[in-house]
Amino acid sequence: MPFVRFRYRDSTMTDSAQTTVVYNDKVVKQFAVMTLVWGIVGMTVGVLLAAQLMWPALNFDVPWLTYSRLRPLHTNAVIFAFGGSALFTTSYWVVQRTCGARLISDKLAAFTFWGWQVVILSAAITLPMGLTQSKEYAELEWPIDLLIAVVWVSYAVVFFGTIMKRRVEHIYVANWFYGAFILTVAVLHIVNNISIPYGPMQSYSAYPGAVDAMVQWWYGHNAVGFFLTAGFLGMMYYFVPKQAGRPIYSYRLSIVHFWALISIYMWAGPHHLHYTAIPDWVQSLGMVFSLILLAPSWGGMINGIMTLSGAWHKLREDPIIKFLIVSLSFYGMSTFEGPMMSIKTVNALSHYTDWTIGHVHSGALGWVAMISIGSLYVLIPRLVGKKEMYSVPAINLHFWLSTIGTVLYIAAMWVAGVMQGLMWRAVDEDGTLVYTFIESLKATYPFYFIRLLGGVVFLSGMFVMAWNTYKTMSNPAPVAEPDDEPATAPAGA
Amino acid sequence: MNPTTGWLVAGVSLLNILACVWLIWATSRRKPNEVAEGAVKEDVWDGDLRELNNPLPRWWLNLFIITIVFAIGYMVVFPGFGHMAGVLDWSKRGEMESKLAQLTERREAKLNELAAFPVAEIASHPDARKVGQELFGSYCAGCHGANAEGARGYPNLTDDDWLYGGTPQAVVASITNGRGGVMTPFLSQLSNEQVSQLIALVADWPEGEPSGRQAEGMAVFRQRCAACHGMDGHGNQALGAPDLTDDTWLYGGDPDTIRETILFGRQGKMPSHKALLSEQEIKLLAGYVIGLGQ
Repeated sequence: MPFVRFRYRDSTMTDSAQTTVVYNDKVVKQFAVMTLVWGIVGMTVGVLLAAQLMWPALNFDVPWLTYSRLRPLHTNAVIFAFGGSALFTTSYWVVQRTCGARLISDKLAAFTFWGWQVVILSAAITLPMGLTQSKEYAELEWPIDLLIAVVWVSYAVVFFGTIMKRRVEHIYVANWFYGAFILTVAVLHIVNNISIPYGPMQSYSAYPGAVDAMVQWWYGHNAVGFFLTAGFLGMMYYFVPKQAGRPIYSYRLSIVHFWALISIYMWAGPHHLHYTAIPDWVQSLGMVFSLILLAPSWGGMINGIMTLSGAWHKLREDPIIKFLIVSLSFYGMSTFEGPMMSIKTVNALSHYTDWTIGHVHSGALGWVAMISIGSLYVLIPRLVGKKEMYSVPAINLHFWLSTIGTVLYIAAMWVAGVMQGLMWRAVDEDGTLVYTFIESLKATYPFYFIRLLGGVVFLSGMFVMAWNTYKTMSNPAPVAEPDDEPATAPAGA
Repeated sequence: MNPTTGWLVAGVSLLNILACVWLIWATSRRKPNEVAEGAVKEDVWDGDLRELNNPLPRWWLNLFIITIVFAIGYMVVFPGFGHMAGVLDWSKRGEMESKLAQLTERREAKLNELAAFPVAEIASHPDARKVGQELFGSYCAGCHGANAEGARGYPNLTDDDWLYGGTPQAVVASITNGRGGVMTPFLSQLSNEQVSQLIALVADWPEGEPSGRQAEGMAVFRQRCAACHGMDGHGNQALGAPDLTDDTWLYGGDPDTIRETILFGRQGKMPSHKALLSEQEIKLLAGYVIGLGQ
């Protein structure tokens, strides 16, 4: 596959210095295609799980298809396979263009692609087999964890190596976020997965009891903070101003919210363990740092949405802008909801209910998936030398399917969650529980159905995108415009 | 936690919060040779990516500061700064224990009042039945079903057919100590022919004197089964041996299931609730269950 070549014009250098850099877009294209594939796979498993909650017989009495084994497959597939591939795709694209430099090593970049695919395949095989270390979002067993660590360190070398040979003075804000995400995920992954193997696919955690729980949720919440927030903010900081054609709203805001976000997130994990065996002071820290996190989180939303000021009409005309801005709205909503749910009194009601599932999906579908989809719609046509996707109306259709699907999903889970919380705690005047657990389950069925419907609608949008991408990539490229002509004398490669 | 670690933890957490305050202060200040407020900064990336030098939004800054002030206040009042217990001396265990004590007091008063009635009266007393029903939902519905109609291997409690007897004493004993119902496996003791004869008899118990195949079955039955199920097949409540003449089946009355039961036996298990429920609760539960069959 030939590299798609772009002319690079470095405006921070002297006006006459026009040099050309050939970017490595092969790895970007590979990751972009796999983002779509894994997105569809992960969300299909999610829809099957939603259906199993309605109709348990859908596991067909096959152990590999039981809820308990497919659930971690779903979470790993959407977070690490879909979300991870989207982050690889966009970070490789962004770092090259904002540094004016080709990735430092094609071989190492190719290794991160193939290595990451092997990790995903191993997960897709071992999780249905029931091989797990029973840590949420860190279920994979030690041999796979070792491979992840190697791939991730290679990713860091490629990314930071490229930053180091940049030909601009300042590091672009998107790269701060990508960089923080890459570094922190390496630390989180390695520390949380330290274990003592006692077989090829079995191990014990190195940490005892409550410490293990604390380490796990330090990891778990920062996976949300750095993988699902910082990484995707990096995406936002490139693709929103790019597509809007407007400068980023506030440089100062990006500084404050970046440093505050990455330092405060580190403390927020204990809110996953309210009213458990970890000490009271740890829980308090988790709660107050989650509250302080509200403003830094919103900093990213303000900076993204306000970047559009002066070009609001694009929100009506450009379905890609709709994706990007609505994803920021969902981001703002779930980063408000998160701190609220971390308050102990609220958590006493919301914990262990479907409200949590709703919260996660307003972030996962509304923010992570929609910002990725919007960014890919900017990126995919450029990867094949086109101005836009094969069908712009199809992007608009996808936008509405995603939005309606997400709203159905999260609204159903909010109602279900609050209802479950209230039913579980209801005590009558003689001190007896009013409802049995099974009654709360029966009451949840209508909402399980609405959730399933939301999931199906969202997934159908992904198929529209797959079709549109196929059409964009398979049709012959139009006659290249003068600006896109292959460079004759590539430099710096 | 020892005080040194406590101070360290308190210090580090406070330091991070104060670092945010410093960050806000430092970023809000104008720097020399900086572009005008609201103007585009000089850096350009990837051809057209630029940044504006807009100030931090006022309302956003206020929100940030409010959360910081609240956080510090919260950690003074509640446990949060390392080993310090907080001004209120609150703990989650303390809160749980005081709430549980209130609940227990209310609950015991009510249970003592209701459990004073004899079981037979509880069975038809609306208040007592309500408590019984709630207990049933929490402790029994898992096996016997939310409406007590049972499932395969778990007796239906809504009829008036009792494996171990439906008297108050028998039901209280079943709940308190549990029951273990054993049907012996006859795989190595009966021929195929004999099993078939037994199935012909048991699947459709004759009203009067059996004839033909059922008579052959009755001969085997009297020899091998009657010790537990009785000469006339009416069972034995002392052993939990079911009545085979009626149409109630614990595992199923079709020929294949009966064959399975005879060949491989059955192990029924009702667990003991002695450690889970108080005497009053067991009494209320027994009354509720007996009431279901009436």
